[in-house]
Amino acid sequence: MRIEKEQDVVPFRNRVKEYAVKIGMSLVNQTKLITAASELVRNMLKYAGGGTVLMEVISQTRDTGIRLTFQDKGPGINDIALAMKDGYSSGKSLGLGLPGTKRLVNEFDIKSIVGEGTTVSILKWKNG
Amino acid sequence: MDRIPILRMGHFLLVTIQIDLYDRLATNLESDLVQMVNKTEAKGVLIDISALSIVDSFMGRILGNIGSMSKIMDAETVVVGMQPAVAITLIELGLELKGVHTALNVERGMELLKEKIGSYDREPEDDEDSTE
Amino acid sequence: MKLDIAKGLQKRKNQLLEDWMSLQLADAGLREDLMSNEELREQSNELIEVLLNTISEKKLENIESADFDPVHEILSGISISRARQGFSPRETGIYVFSLKEALIKGLQEDYKDDPPALIEAILKISKLMDSLGVVTFETFIKGREEVILRQTDEISEISTPVIRVWEGILALPIIGTLDSARTQVVMENLLQQIVESGSTIAILDISGVPAVDSLVAQHLIKTVAATRLMGAECIISGIRPEIAQTVVHLGIDLSNIVTKATLASALKHAFSLLKLEVKKAQKEKAAI
Repeated sequence: MRIEKEQDVVPFRNRVKEYAVKIGMSLVNQTKLITAASELVRNMLKYAGGGTVLMEVISQTRDTGIRLTFQDKGPGINDIALAMKDGYSSGKSLGLGLPGTKRLVNEFDIKSIVGEGTTVSILKWKNG
Repeated sequence: MDRIPILRMGHFLLVTIQIDLYDRLATNLESDLVQMVNKTEAKGVLIDISALSIVDSFMGRILGNIGSMSKIMDAETVVVGMQPAVAITLIELGLELKGVHTALNVERGMELLKEKIGSYDREPEDDEDSTE
Repeated sequence: MKLDIAKGLQKRKNQLLEDWMSLQLADAGLREDLMSNEELREQSNELIEVLLNTISEKKLENIESADFDPVHEILSGISISRARQGFSPRETGIYVFSLKEALIKGLQEDYKDDPPALIEAILKISKLMDSLGVVTFETFIKGREEVILRQTDEISEISTPVIRVWEGILALPIIGTLDSARTQVVMENLLQQIVESGSTIAILDISGVPAVDSLVAQHLIKTVAATRLMGAECIISGIRPEIAQTVVHLGIDLSNIVTKATLASALKHAFSLLKLEVKKAQKEKAAI
């Protein structure tokens, strides 16, 4: 799914919610996942002017979950460790985006090359 | 351009957010509200977010901003009706909405506002229901 | 022309069942307490019938094919129900592998005079039975896991009751260790109850929590913060001396949370927040 402008955010969140409801995720986990997704989409719009999101339903023997992969061709992140620290922000925000997002999901993976773009992938289990 | 309606009730301003906000709408709300506080000399702002299923850090910041801005214009802000799932998510995210009072529902929020504004005229009481 | 394995076995169905039953009954670990002999016979009869109807010379070539689905299905059903009833893996294993023994015995009689064909037939049958054995264990363990999952859910449900002690006051005694999964359940229950009952005060009683380390304290702080976001006040009670000691030694800051030593004093505090007064009844009329 492509995200290019602010107005894409709400339909995108609804799509994520649809998927989460379909696999029977609990309300709290749904909210966490959608909030995390919303943070990442916002980052993508703000720093890279848009990008793509891949939505997958992951099934394992004991659990089902949703994986979202956010890919942009933005400026990239210089120091990932610094960006992951609470209270740090290069823009004018609270600096809770990335570390906060990490706390909301079960798995969080970020890769970034300066000048080429950033890929963030998050995974939330149904009962996690 | 869509706007969130702001209702005036005596000394208070009442805002009910019924749809999921995108960023522009939220920033508009922020500036509109501050304008309204100035124009109406409102003493209290009540924001009902019971219909919001998502509050992310941006939205949280807007709410916080409204609270602090109103505060320096001598108005109290109460956010009411937060969903349990939203509260848990906000805490996990690390947002505590400092500077904003909270209440369970509109009724309680009104009571809280009246109490707070009443306390200006009389001697200041300690506000145990606040979120500081 | 050599004998058809399947046809030979089908003809011997009754005898196979008898052999199988006697092998099962001979096992020392037979669980008559969990299942009567009649039930066992019925179950075995059903399986053997489906199995023998399914196999044929051609199908034996490809044991992975969908032709064996009915067999797998019935076997899965048996092993899941055994897992729930509390059979041990060993007992369930013997159930399937003694069938293999019975089948091989049958084959031996069919192919008495043709050792090479006997070997071939035995190989085929044991391959089939081994794959069925694997299915049995997979489903058996799945059944066990389901039992465990259900119990885990039950425990976390039971262990976090939310009690309405007064109009507008909820109490939540926490018993046992608080981990992040538990905290989430506690938080969810508490916040949901706050909304439903419209309460403004929640008391978290931690006298049943064995130890408070920095992680548990963090969870408590989170719960309190979430309650406040909802617009309710949260009091933590039941702080035992040992807990107070560790909290201070660990340098955990609980100063912006209202804490009380006992549930009683927390309730008193809650009353004063709600501007309620509890008085001894004067003669007839009770005053609150």
